[in-house]
Amino acid sequence: MDLSFLVIQALNGLSSASSLFIAACGLTLVFGVTRIVNFAHGSLYMIGAYTAATLVPNLLEWSYGPVPFWLGILISALIVGLLGVVMEVLLLRRIYGAPELFQLLATFGVVLVVQDLVVQIFGPQDILGPRAPGLRAPVEILGRRFPSYELVLIAAGPLVLGFVWFILKRTRFGVLVRAATQDREMVAALGVNQALLFTGTLFLGAFLAGLGGALQVPRVAANNGMDLSIIAECFVVTVVGGMGSVPGAFLAALIIGQLQAFGILLFPKITLVVVFLLMAITLAIRPNGLFGRPEHFSGAHAIGIASHAPGRFNAIAVSALLVVLAALPLVADEYFLKVATEILILALFAFSLQLLIGVGGLVSFGHAAFFGLGAYGAALGVKWLGASMEGALPLAPLLAALGAMAVGALVVRLSGIYLAMMTLAAAQILYAVAFQWVEVTGGDNGLVGIWPSTWAAPRSVYYLVTLALTAGTMLLLKRIIDAPFGYALRAMRDSQARAEAIGLEPRTHRWLAFTLAGAAAGLAGGLYAFSRGSVDPTLLGIPTSVDALTMLLLGGIQTITGPIAGAAVLHTLRDQIMPLTAFWRLFLGLSIIGMVLIFPRGLIGTLRYWRQA
Amino acid sequence: MAPMFRWLSLGLALALGVPAAQAQQAPIKIGEMNSYSKWAAFTVPYRNGWQLALDEINAKGGVLGRKLEIVSREDGATTGDATRVAEELVSREGVSFLFGSFLSNVGVAMADFANQKKIVYIAAEPLTDAITMAQGNRYTFRIRPNNYMQVGMLVEKAKASGAKRWAIVAPNYEYGQSAAEVFKRLIKERVPGAEIVAEQYPALGKIEAGATVSAIEQAKPDGIFNVLFGPDLTQFVREGNTRGLFEKKTILSLLTGEPEWLLPLKDEVPEGWTVTGYPWDEIAEPKHKAFVAAYRAKYNDTPRLGSLLGYMVVHMIRDTIERAGSVDTDALIKALENAKFDTIVGPVTMRGIDHQASMGAWTGKLVLKGAAGGMIDWTYNDGTPFMPSETEVKAVRKE
Repeated sequence: MDLSFLVIQALNGLSSASSLFIAACGLTLVFGVTRIVNFAHGSLYMIGAYTAATLVPNLLEWSYGPVPFWLGILISALIVGLLGVVMEVLLLRRIYGAPELFQLLATFGVVLVVQDLVVQIFGPQDILGPRAPGLRAPVEILGRRFPSYELVLIAAGPLVLGFVWFILKRTRFGVLVRAATQDREMVAALGVNQALLFTGTLFLGAFLAGLGGALQVPRVAANNGMDLSIIAECFVVTVVGGMGSVPGAFLAALIIGQLQAFGILLFPKITLVVVFLLMAITLAIRPNGLFGRPEHFSGAHAIGIASHAPGRFNAIAVSALLVVLAALPLVADEYFLKVATEILILALFAFSLQLLIGVGGLVSFGHAAFFGLGAYGAALGVKWLGASMEGALPLAPLLAALGAMAVGALVVRLSGIYLAMMTLAAAQILYAVAFQWVEVTGGDNGLVGIWPSTWAAPRSVYYLVTLALTAGTMLLLKRIIDAPFGYALRAMRDSQARAEAIGLEPRTHRWLAFTLAGAAAGLAGGLYAFSRGSVDPTLLGIPTSVDALTMLLLGGIQTITGPIAGAAVLHTLRDQIMPLTAFWRLFLGLSIIGMVLIFPRGLIGTLRYWRQA
Repeated sequence: MAPMFRWLSLGLALALGVPAAQAQQAPIKIGEMNSYSKWAAFTVPYRNGWQLALDEINAKGGVLGRKLEIVSREDGATTGDATRVAEELVSREGVSFLFGSFLSNVGVAMADFANQKKIVYIAAEPLTDAITMAQGNRYTFRIRPNNYMQVGMLVEKAKASGAKRWAIVAPNYEYGQSAAEVFKRLIKERVPGAEIVAEQYPALGKIEAGATVSAIEQAKPDGIFNVLFGPDLTQFVREGNTRGLFEKKTILSLLTGEPEWLLPLKDEVPEGWTVTGYPWDEIAEPKHKAFVAAYRAKYNDTPRLGSLLGYMVVHMIRDTIERAGSVDTDALIKALENAKFDTIVGPVTMRGIDHQASMGAWTGKLVLKGAAGGMIDWTYNDGTPFMPSETEVKAVRKE
């Protein structure tokens, strides 16, 4: 390989690094101050691109030249910044008091709403924006042509870094932002107007997201997949750099840019997974990212199931519910039973996550890994071992438990958001394996023909099988949550130092919790595979993980029955809304936002709170 | 009492005339599902197409004296949602059979669902070979020319170009992978001395266009086979144009000539690329012209390939039901296998051995017409000679 090629490839890497940094640095700022993992950051980026792709051509028609072009980019970014303010004032401000994860759920609702609104406002077709006036022609570098706009982008990254650095270091606002990043409570105690600070940060964060999107217009057509394709990479950049660290994000973006530019020469398929590999390796070596500080623990960290003595186990109510559910096939039609089966499966899936989040305080963003492993365990058993349903179904919790052991061993050293991101990385790596290992897993078409044995094939029988297995597992998990093991997990969640002082071993306990939760999620995955006859990599994907989180949070993280109610509500909503309208994402998103605002403790949690109040 | 009642009702039917009696019959219900939310740019023109056909058919009295009714659903663009919605259509709506879906993995899952529930499924849009090959089954039929056939048409053009050093760029998922595999196989079989000098498989929607263009350029190919589409393609074309990647090279590109993909490229259409596509504005056959006119009148928009497909599929469904004489599954399968249809693009046969229709595709060169792209020097290639051979089909199909 000659030198000129290496130089050009490095420049290619630099320009995508710049783009990535500008898109991601707003996310890290917002997280630093508000502790909100803003899922909607990618949506803001997408709105920036759409706005610029629509606005800039109009400005250019009015007067062609660099000034209207850059003005258009700036205006687009400002518009997105204002949208950020709207989001903060109307939505986020109302739920700062709720558990931190709740804000994530609210932003996820925003993602769904924006996806449908963008199609409504800008149309379904991609919008190709104009090229930058004066920067159409390439420049010659070492005898090779290189687009001049990419050179501008390469310069834009450090410029934005300087701009953000100036704000953070040289303005009063920046001082407050830095102070809030270190200790939010202290800043509030000193009488700083929190509301204004948060609104300002959201404005800046959204402005940068919009700028990132708008700057892409001369390279990429604005399209409605931009939000999800950028958000995962933005997470990686912020986590690898260290949450809240802007220079860290810059360095992380540089590394990712170069890895991708040169990685594709050796492994042409590497763009699928390279960022998540980098995140996993970084966190394994540096548990707080490159420049991140250990997270500040405050007393109010415990957001899960309270550590009081177990309430009287209402055996009569549980038995009555089980009898009613078991009698369902007598009255319900086939389709109703199919939906009911799926709700039971999803309830177990969310319930297993409750063991990690609610009891152990271990927030997992990658719980789909175990659901998917379970589904693949069952499917691979059918396809490659020729097993029947009875033989293949036990493979589901087995494979998932093995996966959970491996993932658990990696993540138990981490805490907070880094732990969550490590689970996300693990899930994405497994996703890539399922996606790429076509000979075994069938690639993205997946494996089909995973149907139950003949005796279990009727919907009513399969429903009863599912009911027995999911209810049994949930009762078992409930027993574990109320056993000394469960209490030990809660103790570590509430105060790791005190738990260690009385001789508990957090890592082993957490590792066991991961294995248990993984096995339970795996069983749910296996049951799911047989209920619909096929598996494919989307079962391991981010949307599936988000599903589990949504059900858990909707139901209520502080209660044991919460995830079951959450699964029932979310799946029923989806089932009812989707056939009715092409705007199902809009309605689902609005429903989620509405429920977050009305039931800030989750459905069951809020009901209980009302009863006690 | 009973015979008397029967006589009475016969008398009544005669008195009111046969058409009235037929109109009282319940309509034939067909289930349709597609990703109308997530892939609106493709599926909405497709829906317009089948809606147009449906209106035409019902205006002429429907089929077998009954109206056609299409119960349309959103499939959520995932396999889990699609199969659940399909179950709802079958068990609650009582539809006679199903058609639709856009994504390949959804199509494959739907084919398996059809096989399990023993109900006919017509995959209109998915391109993956799996639907008619390895995952094919008795209940699943496909209309659109599959990956293998469209790549085959382009390889014919590669032969004519004389290019020997080929680079491949394809999105990293089943559609891209299998198109690349077929191209590699066919180019070596049909063009002596051809070699593959570079391959790039960016993740769907995440291309590093600059790096990809440089990597291909470095291999100094004299031909490029492209399977990228959508936002990835736009980015690739812009970077490639600026850096001169496409100069003095033969570029073959799958599907790029379809209006769905051409329209978003606006005036940055890469002129001279050899593509498969749909030159809707140039096809002179009167039946096709009538379709375009009716479509434009009804929707105030130009047809996409999806529109044509939706329109054709519903007309073929009408013919099938008429020939089957009922909507019984076995009768429908019998009426579909080896059936000949007279469509607006010409005769189409549904091959019995793999349930792949012989609908062809247009190949030609891209050209800029005013502010948007179009095709010139195009020809319509009937699908029959490009289908996988019967021995190949028999080798992979499990039945």
